[in-house]
Amino acid sequence: MNIINLFRIAWKALLRNKLRAFLTMLGIIIGVASVITMVAIGEGSKQSIRNQLSGMGSNMINIRPSSNFTVGGGARLGASSLQTLKVDDVNAIKNDAHFITAVSPGVTSNGQVINGALNWPTSIQGVSPDYLSIREWGLKDGINFTDEDVKTAAKVCLIGQTIVENVFVNGENPIGKVIRFGKIPLKVIGILTEKGENTFGQDQDDVILAPYTTVQKRILAVPYVQTIYASAVNEQSSDTATKEITAILRKQHKLKATDEDDFNIRTQAELISTISSTSELLTVLLAAIAGISLVVGGIGIMNIMYVSVTERTKEIGLRMSIGARGIDILLQFLVEAILISVTGGIIGVILGISASQLVNMILQWPILISDSSILLSFLVCAVTGVFFGYYPAQKASKLDPIEALRYE
Amino acid sequence: MANPILDMQHLKREFKMGSETVRALKGISFSVNPGEFVTIMGSSGSGKTTLLNIVGCLDQPTEGDYLLDGVNVRYLSRNQLARLRNRKIGFVFQSYNLLARTSALENVELPLLYNSGISADVRKVKAVKALEAVKLSDRLDHLPNQLSGGQQQRVAIARALVNEPVMILADEATGNLDTRTSYEIMSLLQELNTQQGKTIVFVTHEPDIAAFSQRTVTLKDGRVIKDAKNENVRSAREALENLPVNDDY
Repeated sequence: MNIINLFRIAWKALLRNKLRAFLTMLGIIIGVASVITMVAIGEGSKQSIRNQLSGMGSNMINIRPSSNFTVGGGARLGASSLQTLKVDDVNAIKNDAHFITAVSPGVTSNGQVINGALNWPTSIQGVSPDYLSIREWGLKDGINFTDEDVKTAAKVCLIGQTIVENVFVNGENPIGKVIRFGKIPLKVIGILTEKGENTFGQDQDDVILAPYTTVQKRILAVPYVQTIYASAVNEQSSDTATKEITAILRKQHKLKATDEDDFNIRTQAELISTISSTSELLTVLLAAIAGISLVVGGIGIMNIMYVSVTERTKEIGLRMSIGARGIDILLQFLVEAILISVTGGIIGVILGISASQLVNMILQWPILISDSSILLSFLVCAVTGVFFGYYPAQKASKLDPIEALRYE
Repeated sequence: MANPILDMQHLKREFKMGSETVRALKGISFSVNPGEFVTIMGSSGSGKTTLLNIVGCLDQPTEGDYLLDGVNVRYLSRNQLARLRNRKIGFVFQSYNLLARTSALENVELPLLYNSGISADVRKVKAVKALEAVKLSDRLDHLPNQLSGGQQQRVAIARALVNEPVMILADEATGNLDTRTSYEIMSLLQELNTQQGKTIVFVTHEPDIAAFSQRTVTLKDGRVIKDAKNENVRSAREALENLPVNDDY
């Protein structure tokens, strides 16, 4: 018997029992649709977290003093109170590291920003002009400050959108205006593009950027830096860059081979993988639940095929008496099972994609329909058809034609 | 004389029922020539059904040889038997055994689906021809439940004819039909036999039906007790005409 005949026979057999075929399919449809939707939601949330983190600069490397470093008496101190990182360290990294494209010191102070009658509590970040490229941050308006501004500890600043909204009245152009941070007047020379909230819900636009020298000398009156921001050549090289920085800083700080690092390096890549793994788990869980429903659907197929074989014993007898071989009967029932599962799979894929889009539209959840989840669930349901269809089909093919013909 | 279509030599068939052995056929020998119309008669328990199964290549003898169109059936595998049934035998059953919710045409096409040498176009042509032969060319798309018993049995006969078998094997083919319809079916079979030279083996327990055939083989207790030529074959067509037109309704 050729393959077209085989499909023709199986298809006609299914059409003779449309409702039952559809109900059996329903199990598979729901299974496949839920796998696709669940994975789309899981992948979507993973993707959006990833995007947010990358928005902070996916190559970014953060260096802070280590609280593992102990000062006299063995007491460990909080990172912010440590003064081990110097501007010299920043320069050393800038000059010696090969896998670093940009580096910037960072000093922060909290305070009140005042413009005329309006004021707002915020923080000021003292950085170098390279900071914007490290954070992959742009200017909406105005210009960045320069190395010259750093050298002279110029009283200039860049402000985030939240500051614009809170200390400037509507329509007022902040560029060129002088605002005060605490007692220090700062001229606004640029407005940062909006970044929104970060993954942890912090408003990234609630910030003032100024030359680090300005913050060190005029606001905090400290010689050290609190953080060093650096940017690796690319995401892959952040590990190499980390090693490089470690070597440079250990040399700078004259640490002996036995000493622990007195600083702490964190890469954005690390953070991304940590958070991604959490949502990875979510995806796997969702997929597992959906997978179970696919298996239940498969058992439904097996059940129906069993009933069908018993119910159609006489038909099987007839087919055998007019020349169907055991293998023909086996293949017919197997193909029926596969047709049910594959047709169900196709409908399930369509339904799953639509459901994902609906979730996206109505609930505004990010979704990501991956080709692999479609392919996988489709394969699984085809395999389900073969697996759960085989046993009943084999039972049918083993029937004795004489007994099958006499079956009532 | 041509080689017999069906040649049986000392056919025996035994069944094991637990520790007992039931001997259903105890040595049957007879042959059927091409173009013959033979009825096999016998009451229940005579071994009639067992013989039918063997003749129909659904079962194999325990002992003795059965040659169908020159092929010894005894040593064939299950698949070879299926092929033989497909190419050489056309079955007609008592209960028609048509596939429900399947048109007459598709029912007739069924045996051809299991013959991979036949294309879809040829299949349809052959099926239509077979239905024409049983005078149902105006019922091609009817479903079995839209057909009368006699019409259903004629579809079944068309299905048996479609593969151009060497032999039509009918198992109590008139058992479910009233007298008039039975005669109609017998008339059709006689026509196929005389006009197209089809070999027909008809298993029945009604002497009335056996009178339409050229020869009757009678079985009893697993043996042939009588194998006689029928000197004056009744014509089913005449019998049909002689039936009172209006039954007492």
